[in-house]
Formats: sequence, structure tokens, C-alpha cells
Amino acid sequence: MLGWFSLVLVAVIMLWLYAIRRSPGATSEARARQVQKRWIIWGGLVLPITSMAVILAFGIPAGHRMLPLPLDEGEVLRINVTAHQWWWEVYYPESDITLKDELHIPAGVPLDLHLTSADVIHSFWVPRLGGKLDMLPGRTNVLRLHADEPGTYRGQCAEFCGTQHAHMKFTVTAHSPEDYQTWLRQEASDE
Amino acid sequence: MSNLPDQANCEREERLEHVWANLPGWGALAAVNHTSVGLRFMATGMVFFLIGGVLAMLIRTQLALPEQEIIGASVYNQIFTMHGTVMMFLFAIPVLEGAAMYLVPKMLGTRDLVFPRLSALGYYCYLFGGVIILSSLVFEIAPDAGWFMYTPLSSHTYSPGPGSDFWLLGITFVEISAISAGVELVVSILRTRANGMSLNKMPIFCWYILAMALMIVFGFPPLILGSVLLELERAAGFVFFETVGGGDPLLWQHLFWLFGHPEVYIIFLPAAGIVSTLIPVFARHPLVGYRWIVLGIITMGFISFGLWVHHMFTVGIPQMAQAFFSVASMLVAIPTAIQIFAWLATLWQGKVVYHLPMLWIIGFLVVFVCGGLTGVMLALVPFNWQVHDTHFVVAHMHYVLVGGMLFPLIAGFYYWLPHVSGRMPSDKMGRWGFWLFFGGFNVTFLLMHLTGLLGMPRRIYTYEAGLGWDWLNLVSSIGGFIMAIGVAVIIVDIVLHFRFGRRAEQNPWCADTLEWAIPMPVNAYNFSSLPNITTRHPMWENPELIESIAAGEHGLAEVQNVRRDIYGSDAVTGKVREVVHLPTNSWLPLLTAVVLAVVCISLLIKAYPVALAAALLALVLVLRWGWDNCAHPRAAPVREDDPVDPPLHSRTCDGPGLWGMVVSLMANGTLYVSLLFGWFYLWTAAPQWSSPEQGRVALIPMAMSGVLLSLAVMIYRNAVAGLRKGQADGLTLKLWAAAALGLVHWCVLIWILQTSELQPTELAHDAVLMVALYYLLLHSGLAVIFTILQALRVKLGYVGPELPYEPVVIQPFWVYTFGVFWLSFAAFLLLPMAWGA
Repeated sequence: MLGWFSLVLVAVIMLWLYAIRRSPGATSEARARQVQKRWIIWGGLVLPITSMAVILAFGIPAGHRMLPLPLDEGEVLRINVTAHQWWWEVYYPESDITLKDELHIPAGVPLDLHLTSADVIHSFWVPRLGGKLDMLPGRTNVLRLHADEPGTYRGQCAEFCGTQHAHMKFTVTAHSPEDYQTWLRQEASDE
Repeated sequence: MSNLPDQANCEREERLEHVWANLPGWGALAAVNHTSVGLRFMATGMVFFLIGGVLAMLIRTQLALPEQEIIGASVYNQIFTMHGTVMMFLFAIPVLEGAAMYLVPKMLGTRDLVFPRLSALGYYCYLFGGVIILSSLVFEIAPDAGWFMYTPLSSHTYSPGPGSDFWLLGITFVEISAISAGVELVVSILRTRANGMSLNKMPIFCWYILAMALMIVFGFPPLILGSVLLELERAAGFVFFETVGGGDPLLWQHLFWLFGHPEVYIIFLPAAGIVSTLIPVFARHPLVGYRWIVLGIITMGFISFGLWVHHMFTVGIPQMAQAFFSVASMLVAIPTAIQIFAWLATLWQGKVVYHLPMLWIIGFLVVFVCGGLTGVMLALVPFNWQVHDTHFVVAHMHYVLVGGMLFPLIAGFYYWLPHVSGRMPSDKMGRWGFWLFFGGFNVTFLLMHLTGLLGMPRRIYTYEAGLGWDWLNLVSSIGGFIMAIGVAVIIVDIVLHFRFGRRAEQNPWCADTLEWAIPMPVNAYNFSSLPNITTRHPMWENPELIESIAAGEHGLAEVQNVRRDIYGSDAVTGKVREVVHLPTNSWLPLLTAVVLAVVCISLLIKAYPVALAAALLALVLVLRWGWDNCAHPRAAPVREDDPVDPPLHSRTCDGPGLWGMVVSLMANGTLYVSLLFGWFYLWTAAPQWSSPEQGRVALIPMAMSGVLLSLAVMIYRNAVAGLRKGQADGLTLKLWAAAALGLVHWCVLIWILQTSELQPTELAHDAVLMVALYYLLLHSGLAVIFTILQALRVKLGYVGPELPYEPVVIQPFWVYTFGVFWLSFAAFLLLPMAWGA
């Protein structure tokens, strides 16, 4: 997408510059009209319409895959995240674990984050794991998250939420499935 | 008309100057002339631009290095909120309105806009509103919730200080100027073109402005409604955006972006109009694809109202809706591409002469096309989820807004400078300014796309080192300062040119449009006589117009009865239909704006009785202003030598006033529809919506009150129908009867409101209902007052069968009041009952 758009940008600019430098020479009225029509139809209609069709053909399925649809088999792991000014409350309903500003997940497994807010609008975002989703008071949005590799990821609030918005961060730790189970047991016994 | 000898012509022009000039000295504050008002708009806008620019410099200083504490978080939040607010509301829109106000009458071949006092009122509201908003910055209590004021962050709980109030009240105050400019430009373009300038001979710039003005009329009311509701929530505790009680914070986002997206095109269209005007001039070739472009402008206007949701892709809305708005957002690329390629084809066909404004046009192309392409990317939902609210979006919107607005605007400044000053800008210094600005801009914002892709969110006052953002931010800051130097050079260049610029000859760029037929620097009355137009390119095909206009060979060359006269023409064909007599210099706009400023300030400091008193005084002033119309001795009293063909507009039934009323009601109607939208939206989508067990408003009295209103409207219509036929039988009686019935209806409404058990601070249902009732009350009350004044004016002889103008203007207001009453009755009272049952 980036490549094609850069190409369009450069091409349009070059064409303009050429058009400015070019001396038109004498053409008949009818010929001139034909040339003008061609520019407008090809550049103004065909170019944008085909570009958009191509982007949407790729984009809509890509967006569809990111939706929290039910899995073919099994239940999706559910974690509740509630945003506060200016911290994150993470709750695991299945094992009754509560965390602050950190999120532990199994890698390689899709999971659903149920997002809501206790005060103003925030937005949940882990740049390396996917798109962001707003957290609104009174509503719950579901974000499908999928970490391919174990590791630590940085997350932060993406919707301006007041004075300490810049410091509203959290870390996501993705464990391998075995490590995740160990972590769960540990946390549960600590509680 | 014959050729007058020089001496006589000079005296004739002196008489014109005498009638059209501003008052001397401080009297200039009473000016209503579009040239003065337009220039004031632009000058004030430039001052606000510099203030907004200083704020931007502060932002870039703070972000230059990681973990800096030069500016604390709370001041930083005020600064970025104010940067956005100032640039959008106090610079971009008003400057373009000012440019349009200055240029449109000159391009249309007339002497002023059609409601001159409204121009002046708009200017003062803008000036005072801007100063009020900026004053908050001085006291360090500026709004700090971001320029789109998302609730609940901006609500009383999370922003208890007065910052948000400054924003909501100040911006609403400034918006009076936008709406008034919108109404005025629509009516002026449609009804005061030069004789014979049919719509398809109109300069393309005026098409763009027509579209912009209509978009203002439909685009601003949702924001005004949103601001009023949010202020009511903050000040009086009404529930609209709080989830508890049945409100919804998303309603604010919908109302804001219903305005906010069209707003981008409100800014872009006039700037594109400048491009479409300049390119043919410098290509020495008529604009290619005039019809295509007009079509493109209109489609753009329509589409832009259908894609506000693309600012809300991450709030969790249904997939189908996202796909729809995603496609709609991309569709805008089509009319844009049509324009870009029409400009390209014009350059292709023409032989380009190269001047400073062309440089800025090329800068526009490079920057804007880049911004447009990232815009198409953003319209793609999955990509949007990733980069929404990051610096990628910051970069995108600066490319679109600076590229799409500032570059063409500066091109336009350089192009029309000789018109104002009579001197040519300097080529050399101008080039320096351009390259510094263009270079600095790209250094700042091109890399910022990458900063955003690397995950830097917007609106953070600082960031940790080592995330890969450090050098990018430093480079952006350096670029920002280069850009600032560029702005300084441009300003110095423009200031110096007033003193040292080479004297411009008439029509220095060999342009095709009528504004260049005016002697330079510009005079108070524009055209010494009003020409007939037979072509889209009058100055190319009839260059002799310069001499013949000055010699007084065309229409309205002579001043009559010390009146400011212009032609009113047919909306489509441009054939002259009437002589429109315009009001002269007046202090009332300034006074009204001062009183409105008092309203605004007393609401800010919560002195509500003062606010109410001042609001009533403002109403009195506006009515006083309306008093000097038509056959009033200070306007155009009936005289023996009144022109008959074409007649004076106040002797007709279809003058500009009626058009102004209808366009204002379109804006008003949009406000009302936004309220209805809010009602249905909360009803269907608010998470905790609840409606009371039984109706809060007495249904039968309400219906009876409506019957009284309907009777009043019938009688009023009957009176106007008689007037149109030239009959005056019982005119006064009918007017009094309509007013009396309206008054009884109004009193019943008051009683209903008094006895209702509405709890607007508990339930969103009741809060919306209450606003609707007050809305009806206001309209019925105004209709009654207008009608009483009409009855008095009949008695004084300002209105009558020969002078049917004013009652005809007021009729749509009655009909509108009638319409919203019954619509409200159905939507707010009957429908919930039917649903509940």
C-alpha cells in the first residue's frame, strides 16, 4: 500500500511539473477537448476507483480476521481490563486474579479482552500486538488479542485522558503455554 | 448612458465615495462595508495564526528531547488543546470567510454583500469570542481536554475548572460569525450577481464559496447544539452525556464529528477555489472541466456529511457500519482526484507563466496529495485501528490542513496583495519564505508519520528515551523552527511590500475575473458602474470593461437619494430583478456584539441574572436594527422618483431578505434535527436509557396549545396571501389576531412547562424534553414579537400593500415554528407513548 501510494504521489507531482514546463503547441479545439476529457476520466475516476477497490479487497478481510468471532473449537480465554485515571485494572474471571498495570497472557492462543472504563474514555493499545480499542464508561468493548511469540510488550493509553495520560502505561508479558500455567498457579496461591 | 466628461465623472465618483465610505476616525468601527470587514477578518485571523504558531513552537520545544519537564503536563495539555482550537476555529475558518467576504462581491460585479450589518456583527463576535477564549490562556485556566472536548473528560466531574466553559461558550460565540457569514454568502452569491452572470458563467471561486457557505449552514449547528447541551450539563447538571441517567458520551462524539468532518472540507473548499482561480490565470488557459469541477464540489459537499464516523473507528461500532463509512471516506478521493487532474489538464493545455503564487500552488500540490493519500490509508479500518490517535494522524492532518489550506491561502495572499495595496510583492524574498516554510514543514511532518508508526501516541507531554522516537522528535522540532523562520520572512516580506513594493499596473497578472476591473488600491464602492456579463472570462474577452466601468457607462452609475444601491438578480439566469438598497454604516452590530460578549462572560462567571438581562438587551438591539428597514425614513421611504423597472427590493415579495430567512431556517432546522438525532440516539443506544413510567408533559393542553399556534399561522398566511395580491383589507387586524393567538399559545406552553414534572438532572429523557420545550417557547415567542412589530409598522406606513416585503420574510418563520411544534409533539410525546403501549 505504502509503495503504491508513494508511486502515485511521485507520478502526480512529476506529471504536474512536466505539464508546467511543457509548451502546448498548436492543437485543434477538438483534439484539446479529447485530451482534457482523457485526463479527467483516467486520472479523476479510473485511478482512484481501482485503487480503492484493490485496497478494500485486501483490507476488509484483514479487518474481519481481527474481530472477536467465536472460535471453531473451545472457549476463548477472557480477561477483563478496566481503565482508571491513570492506571489499568486487570482481572482474570476464571481464576479470580487481579493485577495492576500488567497483563500476563499465553502466547500463540487468541484471547478476548473485555474493555471498559471507570471514569473517562481511555484506549487500550499494545502497538506490537495489534489495533487499539476505546474503553468507554458504561460500555464493554471486546478486543481479540493474539501474541505469536512469548516476550514482553509495551502498552499504553491511546486516547487523551487527562493530566497523566502520558504516563498511563502497562506491560504485557506473553508466556509459552506451560509457563503461563505455572504463572497462573503461582498467582492463585499468592492470592 | 452617454460618456460623461471627465470633470462630471469625477464628481459622480465623489458622490459614490461619499455614500459608500466608512465614517472617519473611530467611526471606522461602525463600518459595514465588505472590503473593510473582510480585511479585518483576515488581519485578525493572521494574529490568531501567530498565537497558534507560538503554541506549536512550545509543543515542539517540549517534545524535542525525551523526559523533558520544561512545560508541565497540565500546561502542556492546555497548550495543545488551544493550538488546535485556535488554528481551527480562530484562524482557518475565519480567514477563509474573510477572504470570501472580500472577494465574492468583487468577483460577482457588485458593491457589497447583501446583509452588510450582519458581516460587521459576525466580525465583532469573532473578535470578542477569540479574545475571551485566549484570555483563559493568560490566566492559565485554558481548556485542556483536547480540541474535540470528549466527554466525560470535559464534563464537570473530570474538568471542574472553567477551562471547558471557556471553550464551549467562546466557540459558540465565535460560531455566530461563521453562521452569519454562511447565510450572507449563500444569499449574496445566489441573488446579487452582475446582470447576465448566469450560474454557468459564475467564476469557479464563487462555486466553491457557495458550497462552503452551504456546508457551514448545515455543518455548524450540530456542534452548536452539542456545546449548548454540554454546557447545560456542566452548569446546570442536566444529563446528556453521563451514562448514569441515560446519557451517552458517544453522543458528543457523534455531534462533534457531524460538524468536525464537514469542517475539514469547509476549510479545504475555499482554498481549492483559490487554486482553481490561480491556475488558469498563470496557465493562460481557461480552467479545464469547469462542469466536472462544479460537479466534484457538489459531490464533495454531500459525501463529507456522510463520513463523520471515520473519526470513531476505534470506539467499537458494528462492522457493517465501519465498512460503510470506510467506503464513504474513500469515495471523497474521487472528486478530489477529478480536481487535481482538471488542474493538471489546465497546466497541460496552457502556457505557464511562472510567478511567486505558482510556487505556493506547487507546494500545495505536493503536500496535499501526500496528505490525501495517507487519508485514504486511514480510511482503511484495520490500518486505522493501528495508527489512530498516534503521531501518524498528527502528520496526516497537518499535511491535509496546511497543504490543503495554508499553501493555497498564501498563494492567494500574494496574488491578491496588489488588489489591496496597489503594489507588487517581491519575488526574491517571497522565494526565501517559501523554501524555508516548505522545507521546514516537510522536515517536521514527513518523519512524524514514522514516529506514529513506531507507536508514539499523540497528546503525550513527554516520552521515555530509547523507544526509537528520540531522533525523530528532535528532527521534527528543528523542522518546526525552520518553518517558523519561514513565516517570519513571509510576514516581513508582506509588510515591507506595502512600503517598497513596485506599483502595480491594472490587472497585473492578466486575470480573467471581474475583481481586477476595480481601480487599485481598492475603493469603497468597488465598481463605479455595474456591468453586464456575457462570458465566464470577462477580463479576457472584454478588457475594455476597465475603462467603461470607470466612465460610468453601465448600471447604477448615479447615486440616488444617498442610498447604497446594488442590483438583485435572478438566482439562475443572473438577470437583474430589483435594486437592492443596503444599509449604511451602523453602530448597532458593534453594540450587539458587546452585549453578546457580556452574555458570554456572565455565563462564564455564572452570573446568570446578568446573562439573562444582557440577552434580552441583545434581542432589543437586534430588533432595533431591523426597525430601520424598507420604507423607514433612514432606509428607503416611498418617493415619487422611486425606480420602477427594476423596482426597489423592499417593494417586492421575493427580495434577499426572504432568501436570508430561508437559509437561516435551514441552519436552525439542522440544529433541531440534531436534537432529534440526539433523542433517538440516546433512546436506542444509550447503555442505561430509561423513560419515566408516565408522560411528564400534559398531552391535552399541549395539543390545544398547538391548535392555537396552527390558527395563528393560518391567519398570518391569509394576511400575507392578501398582501401578495395587493389587498390590505384588515391587514392590521389579522396581524394583531395572529400575534394574540400566538401569545395565548405561548402562555399555555409556559404553563405546561411550569406544571410538568420534568427532572432534567436525573434523566436524560427529561433533559432532552426540556430543551425541546424551551426551543419551542423561544420560537413561538419570537414569532409573536415579530408580528406585533409588523402590526406597528403597518400603522406607521413602513409596511402595506405597496410594501409587502417584511411580512413575506417573516412568514417562513411562522411556518417553521408550526412545523417544529407538531414534529416535536409527534417525536417527543406521541412516539414514546405508542412504543410503550
